[in-house]
Amino acid sequence: MSILVDKATRVVVQGITGREGAFHAARCKEYGTTVVGGVTPSKGGTTHEGFPVWNTVAEAVLNEGANCALIFVPPPAAADAIMEAAAAGVPLIVCITEGIPVADMVRAKHFLAWTTSRLIGPNCPGIITPDAAKIGIMPGHIHKRGAVGVVSRSGTLTYEVVGQLTGRGIGQSTCVGIGGDPVHGTSFVDVLRLFNDDPETRAIMMIGEIGGSAEEEGAAFIKAHVTKPVVAFICGQTAPPGRRMGHAGAIIAGGRGTAAEKMKALATAGATLVRSPADMGATVATVLGR
Amino acid sequence: MKVHEHQAKALLRAFAVPVPRGDVATTPAEAKAVAARLGGRVVVKAQVHAGGRGKAGGIQLADGPVAAEAAARQILGMRLTTPQTPPEGILVRSVLVEEASAVARELYLSVTLDRVRATHVAMASQAGGMEIEEVADRSPEKILREWAHPALGLADHQARRLAFGLGLVGEEFKQGAGLVRNLFALYLAKDCSLAEINPLVVTRDGRVLALDAKLNFDDNALYRHVDIAALRDPHEEDPLDVEASKYSLNYIKLAGNVGCMVNGAGLAMATMDIIKLAGGEPANFLDVGGGASPEQIENAFRILSSDPSVRAVFINVFGGILRVDRLAEGLIAAVKKLGLRLPVVVRMEGTNVELGKRMLGESGLPFVTADDMGDGARKAVALAKGSG
Repeated sequence: MSILVDKATRVVVQGITGREGAFHAARCKEYGTTVVGGVTPSKGGTTHEGFPVWNTVAEAVLNEGANCALIFVPPPAAADAIMEAAAAGVPLIVCITEGIPVADMVRAKHFLAWTTSRLIGPNCPGIITPDAAKIGIMPGHIHKRGAVGVVSRSGTLTYEVVGQLTGRGIGQSTCVGIGGDPVHGTSFVDVLRLFNDDPETRAIMMIGEIGGSAEEEGAAFIKAHVTKPVVAFICGQTAPPGRRMGHAGAIIAGGRGTAAEKMKALATAGATLVRSPADMGATVATVLGR
Repeated sequence: MKVHEHQAKALLRAFAVPVPRGDVATTPAEAKAVAARLGGRVVVKAQVHAGGRGKAGGIQLADGPVAAEAAARQILGMRLTTPQTPPEGILVRSVLVEEASAVARELYLSVTLDRVRATHVAMASQAGGMEIEEVADRSPEKILREWAHPALGLADHQARRLAFGLGLVGEEFKQGAGLVRNLFALYLAKDCSLAEINPLVVTRDGRVLALDAKLNFDDNALYRHVDIAALRDPHEEDPLDVEASKYSLNYIKLAGNVGCMVNGAGLAMATMDIIKLAGGEPANFLDVGGGASPEQIENAFRILSSDPSVRAVFINVFGGILRVDRLAEGLIAAVKKLGLRLPVVVRMEGTNVELGKRMLGESGLPFVTADDMGDGARKAVALAKGSG
């Protein structure tokens, strides 16, 4: 078992004729993901680097039974791409695009609430179930199938923890990057719930960062519902207030959203806190009794 | 992106949010002329991207044109230091001269994003003139909130509820409700991340006015607001930040002496954290992004090296999309061009890491290599102390 994606996942790539879209569609396919093709409006009927291209997501669903959309559409059109995938009934939408205006995401998130689709991201590395499906931009080779569920707001910091885990021979059930934007789809709580219910996942590694209150909400859920060990790291312990640290959502505003608050909430909820990002893998090993 | 108060007020005016009459001046003579045009008592206000100007002497009342000129002479060219500025203060390059208002009551009004509810929220309070965070901490019941519908926006009845909640009646109520609607329209039309009027005042002659105004904009939406993007004042930003943004590098200057260069915002923050844990202080946040080119790496290295407070550099890269060999290529090119004035600790992992390590080794340049993040941070901190 794993969560959200596996061998049965059939991916359509929105924005497949762009540089990033084409590059990563090929990397996902190489990893073993079933990539059924892509969508670029007005380029339907052509093929791009071996992938069939459709004008609309609905056509990819109809012709190839796509059940997952991977989005590389540039920021001005990305929110609409999310809504198109949802309107076409795609159950899982993974949006990699960084830099979508917040107001666009407010509308897109509202639109999603009227559908049954789940959104991961935007501004995220995607999702991977090792040896089954890689739907995103993460380097596949650092992953190893196993029992640790990873959920994170960051991209490369997720690779860092995966590298530390795999280096110790500890595999992952699924790794989910929920993204660094202030308005996003799937939350920590959503992923924690899925990992808690997943029989393959024996421990959860959670990586948060400054800004907002998603980690605090995660902490409340852990306290009330999670029966598996959770190891947590919060980055931005040294970040100055009022400055946006790269991610649009990573900002301490009005004295709120500090790493200290989040770490306290998670520790109180029973999670094992890691102070140094170099010790994430070792701490998970300890928690697993290895 | 932030703008000056006078720029924000011009936008408010365009959206029919009443503001005091006034104009911006960059010399004492201009300030005198504006005051003469306005007539009567005026306020001379330093234009910098920071709050707390009044207490720092950046806002002065003047009885007429001559006094306004004298006030402007004092304020222009001063380095204004407030709790919101860097310790060395911000140079004042312009002042806003506007009519003094006879204030009966000070209120608060703002629109911003509520991340938890994923929609926009309008907030109002009768406790105007104070920091809203302070009000939220001490007496949260004094802040009224109305959440806009994500697609339909703020309804009229919501604007009315806020205006009633501000204690406005009669003609003042009508002005207040209209003002709430217009402020929300501006916030949405221009992709603001914050539209704040503090204080919103009721004057003794019954007018409802935005006495101060703060507008912040969503950087991601600037592409569709050419007029807003043109309001950017590079003087208000750290020169190295401005330089970095030219190359799409995410750079924030900090107070320490260990320069860092990292790919990805989360790993960049974690790298700052681990430098601190190793007993050092980071000199900056620098995210070269997921797909940095050798040119970007070169520019990033140049910007780091040009910061005089940096004593050692820690490069921490986990290659995913950014291949490690491309990092090595950019780094070697940068060092060959700029010379190696500082010790550089390199920790690399991920795609093509073996090739990258070999390239660094064969370059003959004295890079210090690290096995992992912890090792790299310890080495960089030790080197920063040793050469400092």
